[in-house]
Amino acid sequence: MALLRLDGVSVRFGARTALDAVDLEVAEHETVCVLGPSGSGKSTLLRVVAGLQRADAGRVTLEGRDQSGVPTHRRGVGLMFQDHQLFPQRDVAGNVAFGLRMRGAGRAERARTVDEVLDLVGLPGAQRRAVGALSGGEQQRVALARALAPRPRLLMLDEPFGQLDRGLRERLVVELRTLFSTLGTTVLAVTHDQGEAFALADRVVVMRDGRIAQSGTPLEVWQRPATEFVARFLGFDNVVAADVLGEAADTVWGKVPVPPGAPQGTQRLLVRPAGVRLTDVRDGLPCTVEARTFRGDHVALMLRPGDGPRLEAACALRDAPEAGARVGVAFDADEVVVLSAP
Amino acid sequence: MVVAPPEVEPPGHAPDGPGARRAADRRAAARGIASRLALMAVPFAFFAVFFAYPVAAIVARGLKDGGRWQFGRMGEVLGDPHIGHVLWFTTWQAAASTALTLALALPGAYVFARFDFPGKQVLRAVVTVPFVLPTVVAGSAFLALLGRGGLLDELWGVRLDTTVWAILLAHVFFNYAVVVRTVGGLWAQLDPRQEEAARVLGAGRFAAWRRVTLPALAPAVAAAALMVFLFTFTSFGVIQILGGPRYATLEVEIYQQTAQLLNLPTAAVLSIVQLLAVCVLLAVHAWTVRRRESTLRLVDAARTAHRPRGAGQWALLAGVLTCVTLLILLPLAVLVQRSFDGPDGYGPVFYRALQSAADNGGTFVVAPLEAIGNSLSYGLAATAIAVVIGGLAAAALTLRGGAKGGAKGGARGAGRLVRGFDALLMLPLGTSAVTVGFGFLITLDKPPLDLRDSWILVPLAQALVGVPFVVRTMLPVLRAVDVRLREAAAVLGASPLRAWREVDLPLVGRALAVAAGFAFAVSLGEFGATVFIARPESPTLPVAVARLLGRPGELNYGQAMALSTMLMLVCAVALLALERVRTDRSGEF
Repeated sequence: MALLRLDGVSVRFGARTALDAVDLEVAEHETVCVLGPSGSGKSTLLRVVAGLQRADAGRVTLEGRDQSGVPTHRRGVGLMFQDHQLFPQRDVAGNVAFGLRMRGAGRAERARTVDEVLDLVGLPGAQRRAVGALSGGEQQRVALARALAPRPRLLMLDEPFGQLDRGLRERLVVELRTLFSTLGTTVLAVTHDQGEAFALADRVVVMRDGRIAQSGTPLEVWQRPATEFVARFLGFDNVVAADVLGEAADTVWGKVPVPPGAPQGTQRLLVRPAGVRLTDVRDGLPCTVEARTFRGDHVALMLRPGDGPRLEAACALRDAPEAGARVGVAFDADEVVVLSAP
Repeated sequence: MVVAPPEVEPPGHAPDGPGARRAADRRAAARGIASRLALMAVPFAFFAVFFAYPVAAIVARGLKDGGRWQFGRMGEVLGDPHIGHVLWFTTWQAAASTALTLALALPGAYVFARFDFPGKQVLRAVVTVPFVLPTVVAGSAFLALLGRGGLLDELWGVRLDTTVWAILLAHVFFNYAVVVRTVGGLWAQLDPRQEEAARVLGAGRFAAWRRVTLPALAPAVAAAALMVFLFTFTSFGVIQILGGPRYATLEVEIYQQTAQLLNLPTAAVLSIVQLLAVCVLLAVHAWTVRRRESTLRLVDAARTAHRPRGAGQWALLAGVLTCVTLLILLPLAVLVQRSFDGPDGYGPVFYRALQSAADNGGTFVVAPLEAIGNSLSYGLAATAIAVVIGGLAAAALTLRGGAKGGAKGGARGAGRLVRGFDALLMLPLGTSAVTVGFGFLITLDKPPLDLRDSWILVPLAQALVGVPFVVRTMLPVLRAVDVRLREAAAVLGASPLRAWREVDLPLVGRALAVAAGFAFAVSLGEFGATVFIARPESPTLPVAVARLLGRPGELNYGQAMALSTMLMLVCAVALLALERVRTDRSGEF
C-alpha cells in the first residue's frame, strides 16, 4: 500500500493554478524526487501534503487515512524547508530536539536522539552551537537532523541542496541516499536540479505548470523523456520535427534512424548528444563547428547544419575538432527518442 | 542546462464543484475569525467595562438633563471663540511637538540601536525616566531651567517660559523615550546586511538608509509619532505649569471645567470633542498603515551594535549625547539639586521630613514615604494586567487565521474587525484621563461592580493607559516574525498555540520586556485618573507630589522635589533591572 497518495489534488492562487489535478503515490521506503522548473508547483505539493496549504480539490491520504481536516502538527510528516527556517533563538540541540519535545519525549531520550541524529548528519558534538554561527552546509545538516529526529513517517525535502556549493552538494546527495536506505525513510523531495534528483531518487516525477509531465525511475526518465518539455528540461536540445516511417524518420537534418517499434507518423524527435556521431564532411550531414565546451570527460560541440536547428554533440577529447571546422554528422538509432506530444 | 519557457495555459477548472469549495473556504474563514474572536474577548470585555462604560456614564451625566439628551449644548460650547482657540492651539502644538520630538529622537534611536558605547544601558534607562515623571514635576523643572531666575536667565538673560518653546521642549523631554524605545527596539534587530546589499547595488549611505531601512522602520516610526501626537494632544500638567493663562489644551480646559468651575456639561462636550478628534486621528493612522508591516529579517540586537567608526559616527554620537544632556539630564539635575537645597544650605532635610505624617501639617494621613510602596505594588499589578490584556490583543491582531486564501468576504470582514479592534485599543491614550478617573468614581461604586474600596481600582485605571503601549510595542515585532518559522514548528508537531509559545514568544520576548517596562513606567507616572481614585491613606508618588506642590511653603516644595527625585530613582532602578533581564536572556531551553 502506498504510504502517501494524492488523488486529483488542485490548488489555485487566484487565477493561477499551482497544482492541477495531481495524482501521485509514494510507497513505503521509497525516495521520490519531484523535478521541475521554478513555479511548476513543486513546493505547493509539499505544502499540501504537510497541511500548510489547503487543497481546493482532491484528497491526500497518508497510510490510507484521508488527511483533510487533519492539522499540520498531527500529520506526523517532516519537512525540511528550502531556507532551513532554523529557530534562531535556540542552539543546535534545541532545534533538533524540538520535534521530540512536541511529542512529549523525556529529557534523556531527547539527548540520546539528538546525539544519534547529529552523528548521522555528520555534526557530532555540535549540540551547544548557536545556529546563527553555522555555515550554510552545517545549517543544512541541522535542518535535516531536526526533520529526521522525530522519525517522521514521511520526510519531505524542499530544494534540500539549494544553497550549497557543488562539492558539498554532491557529497551530501550520496550521504543522504545511503542514510535514507539505511534508515528505511520514505522521502518526498523537490528540486529543480536534475543531477540531484537522479542521484537521490528511486523515482523521479517531472512537473510542469502544476501537472505531472512524466514519472519513472531516473534511468527511464533520462533514457526515454516522454515529452519535448521533459527532454528540454533535462538539457536535451536536439529536438526536431520528424515524419517517422518504419525505422527511419525524415527531418530537416536528413534521414535519422529510429529504434524499432517507434510510433509512426508526424512526431517530435530527440537525438541525445551521444548519438550525434562525427564523420567525414562528405559522408554525413555537413555542419560547421560553432563552439566547443570542455566538459571534463568529453567535449560538447555546438554544430550548425545547413538547415534546421543547431545540434549538440558529445565527443571524446582527442577527436574534438576546432571551432570553425567543417564536419559531417551521422545519427545512432540507440540514442534517438520519439517524443509524444508536449 | 536549458529550460524550456513554460507555456501559458488557460487555468484549468476544478473537477470539484465550486459550491463545495466555497463552503470549505467559508468554514476555514469562520474558524479563523472564531479563534481571533476568542483571543479578543478578554481585552474587549476589559475595555467595555473599564473604559467605555465609565466614559459613557460621565458623558451622559453632562449631556442629559431630566432624562433627556441635550445635544444643543454641543453647538453652544463649540461656537464659543475661546473653545475654538483652545482647539486650534491643542492641535498645532501637538503637531509641532511631534515633529520636533521625531527630529531630535530619531538620531537617538539610531545611536542606541547601532552603537556600542560605555554607559549605554544606564543612559537608555535615564532617557526613559522623564516619561514616568509626574508632569507637574517636569513642568517645574523646566520652569527652573527656562523661567524667571532659571539657569538660562542667570547665564544669558534668556527666558522661554512665556513662549511656546518651553512647552515644546518639555514635550520632547517627555517623549524622547517613546521614539528611542519604539523605533530603536526594532532598529536594533534589523539585519544590517539588508543595507549592505543596497550599498553593493550602488546606493549611497543615505540612499541605502532611505530605500531599505526607512521603509522597514516606517511602521514603528508611524506608531511612535502617533503616540507622541496623542500624548501632546492630551497634554495636561506641562501646559498647566508652563502655559500660563495664554495657552490651554483641551485636557486643561476639561479639568478646569470639571474640577474648578463644576461645569459638567461643557466638560462632557469637550470630552466628546477630544474623543472624536482622537478617533479621526486613529482612523487616519489606520488608513496610512493599511499596507501591512512587511516580514522583516530580524536578528539578535547584540550582533548589530558596534563601536562608532569614523568622524561622522563619532559626531553623531556626540550630538545625540549633547542633546540628551541638555534636554533630559539638565532638567533632572535641577530637580535633584532642588531636593537638597534646604533652608540651611544643602542637606537631606526634605527627605527626613518625608518619613512622618506629622511633619506635614495634615497634608497626609500617612508618611509620604509610604507612597513609594503603594506606587510599586500598584505599578506591578497594572503591568501584569496590561501585559496580559495587551498581549492577548496583540496576538489576536497578528493571528493569521484560516481566512488566508479563503473566501474573500470572510477575509475582508476579518480585516475590518482587526482594524476596528486595533483602533479601540488606542482610544484610552487619547481620552481625557480626568474623564476616565471621574467616570470610575461614579460608575464602579455600585453592584455588580462595587470596586470603590478595592485596591484594584487604581491598577485597573493605570493598566488602561498601559495596554496601548504593550500593543504598539509588540505588534510590529509580532507581525515581523516569519510565518514559515511557525510552519516549521507545526510540521514538527507543535499545535498553533504551542507554536506561538515556542516560536513567537521567545522571539518577541525582548519586545515583551520593553512593553512591560513601558506599562510599568506609565503606571508609576499616571496622574490624571489616579488623582481621582487613589484613597487618601494610600496615595501614589505622583499624587503625593501634587499634594505637596499644592501647598505653599518651602518645606512642602522641597519635599515634593525630594519625593520626585525618589520616584525618578525608583524608575531608573526598575528600568535598569529590566535592561539586565533583557540582555541576560540567551539560550533558553
